[in-house]
Amino acid sequence: MPDYTTELAVMRQMMGSRDALVVFAERLALVNGIALTDPAALVARLRENKWLHGYCDPTLWPALAPFFGADFKVETTYDRKRVDDYAFGITRAVGAIAETGTIVLNDATTSRRLGALTPWVHIAVVERARIFSDLPEAVAGLGPDTNVIWVTGPSKTADVEGILIEGVHGPGVQIALVV
Amino acid sequence: MRFQQIDQFAAELKADTRAAVYDGSKKGHEKRTKLLFDEYADPDRLRRIAGEVKQHVVENLDTYLPQVEAKLKANGVIVHWAATAEAANQAVLGIMRARGATKMVKAKTMVSEETELAHFLEKHGMEALETDLGEFIVQIDGDHPSHIVKPIIHKNRREIATSFEENGLGAYNDDPQTITRRARHFLRHKYLEADVGLTGANFVSAESGRLVLVTNEGNSRFCLAATKCHIAMVGIEKIVPRDYDLALFLNLLARSGTAQELTVYTEYISGPKSPTQPDGPEEMHVIFVDNGRTEVLASDCRDILRCIRCGACLNVCPVYRQASGHAYRSVYPGPVGAVLSPLMMGDKFPQKADLPKASSLCGACHEVCPVNIPIPDLLLRLRNRAKEENVPSPGTPPMGAWALLASQPTAWRASLFGGKIINYLPTKLLPIPALRAWEAKRSLPAWRGGEFRKWLKTRKGRANVSPPAPSRAEAKKAD
Repeated sequence: MPDYTTELAVMRQMMGSRDALVVFAERLALVNGIALTDPAALVARLRENKWLHGYCDPTLWPALAPFFGADFKVETTYDRKRVDDYAFGITRAVGAIAETGTIVLNDATTSRRLGALTPWVHIAVVERARIFSDLPEAVAGLGPDTNVIWVTGPSKTADVEGILIEGVHGPGVQIALVV
Repeated sequence: MRFQQIDQFAAELKADTRAAVYDGSKKGHEKRTKLLFDEYADPDRLRRIAGEVKQHVVENLDTYLPQVEAKLKANGVIVHWAATAEAANQAVLGIMRARGATKMVKAKTMVSEETELAHFLEKHGMEALETDLGEFIVQIDGDHPSHIVKPIIHKNRREIATSFEENGLGAYNDDPQTITRRARHFLRHKYLEADVGLTGANFVSAESGRLVLVTNEGNSRFCLAATKCHIAMVGIEKIVPRDYDLALFLNLLARSGTAQELTVYTEYISGPKSPTQPDGPEEMHVIFVDNGRTEVLASDCRDILRCIRCGACLNVCPVYRQASGHAYRSVYPGPVGAVLSPLMMGDKFPQKADLPKASSLCGACHEVCPVNIPIPDLLLRLRNRAKEENVPSPGTPPMGAWALLASQPTAWRASLFGGKIINYLPTKLLPIPALRAWEAKRSLPAWRGGEFRKWLKTRKGRANVSPPAPSRAEAKKAD
């Protein structure tokens, strides 16, 4: 069994002494994701695109509700029979990875797997202090949860003639709201 | 003249298909190289170490497999062992019947291609729907994937639009975005109706029992968010020793497979869903599948079991680019398939003994392999096996006369001397038109037979030359 350090698996010149949030936002943008820090900016973006009906984790809604206007319809219970009704889904992320622009979800933190997957727009609420620098650090921090998922940008495919199309089975728009 | 099967297939390939495969694989290869060399000072070191880790696993499967089984059981997972493809399929069917399940949604897994699971389940009255866009298209077309990572690299958008139309997925429209949206709309309701979600696993950590699954489309996540029962079919060689090793392998897999830094979805599954989570499987099964792998392990080609199914060797291979995946008549095409497929045939090895010969041994596959598999060496070993088993080889030039001369020193020396006659032949009067045409534009070099032997004699006693490199056979002994 070869002995090696996981530094080997860290991209060079990525983090340096830079702030993890800056790197995270930059890397997320490279995979066509969006990092925001202001809930008002999030609401403006949703309104602008007419994404007015969505699902929100009930534990997040009290803090977010004041930013949303009466033109929005937000449900805090998810009904799988109306999968196409939700234009957006807001759920908590347990963390993020700066190096790759990844958000980390797990069963304990994410209120509904489906709520984070089926809407066209997924908004993951990430705590700023929970951004890992790189993959080895994030692997070491997987924790005891039986289901952890790293999400790096919107769902995509290049199966048809190698042409990139976003929004295959999962979200076509991936937003991280860093708080 | 008859050719071996793979050559014949390549010769008859449609120009469209060849162009699609050539472009797709070339693009993939170029992006991969750029990414790796931009981001790592010494990317070769990564793949050498990854190769050593995986080789270690392959050689210690007997200790790792029981370790994984114990870990999975402790995590609440039901573990099954399947020696054959049939046993694996029966295990899946058994699980479905026990639950009264009739509908399965499937993520992409190569091992279920090996066992032809979807066909098997359909024959037994179950619905088994492929959800990866490429695999879905392959399924509705009754076709086979032609690439490990890009299953429909051989199809163009017009063919896809036509089959969507024929299958009631909307009027003809060949815009890739429309095609994707239609599949999204159709499949999301299928996930929600399904009883069982089937996936593979890219890695299984022996330390934690975590199954690691990488996808881009989100289909495997949908399978595991919508259904109540998760079945994972996993080849026994998929193990990595520790969670610690995962970062290294994930970095290499995404870059080698699709030239991404990380795939969109990387899932770590170590058991059924958490009790507080409303969505996801309450029951989880892992079926470890052998299907010929222990036979590969027992052979002198066991290095191929390191393979992490990235497809980089397909993309770079000049033969794959010209012949396309279907030429290999196997689940695994390209260089990895040329090694793995004949080995997995067991006694029927001769049926695919042509694959190892369809290679120029250029070594590009070895150079790009994220786990550093010496594919050209393995191809040579398989060629040797074919020779030892006297497998007929159509299309090989008749070498009998040459072999007779080359194996008898006296005859060989005589022929070298006698060959001088060529210098005096009136080549313009050659009786064979093709040779005459060749000679009309070129001049035949003067016969130099025997020169090497003369030179060798005169260099006796010169000791200050470096020794020749060890032969493959010697190098193998040294290992």
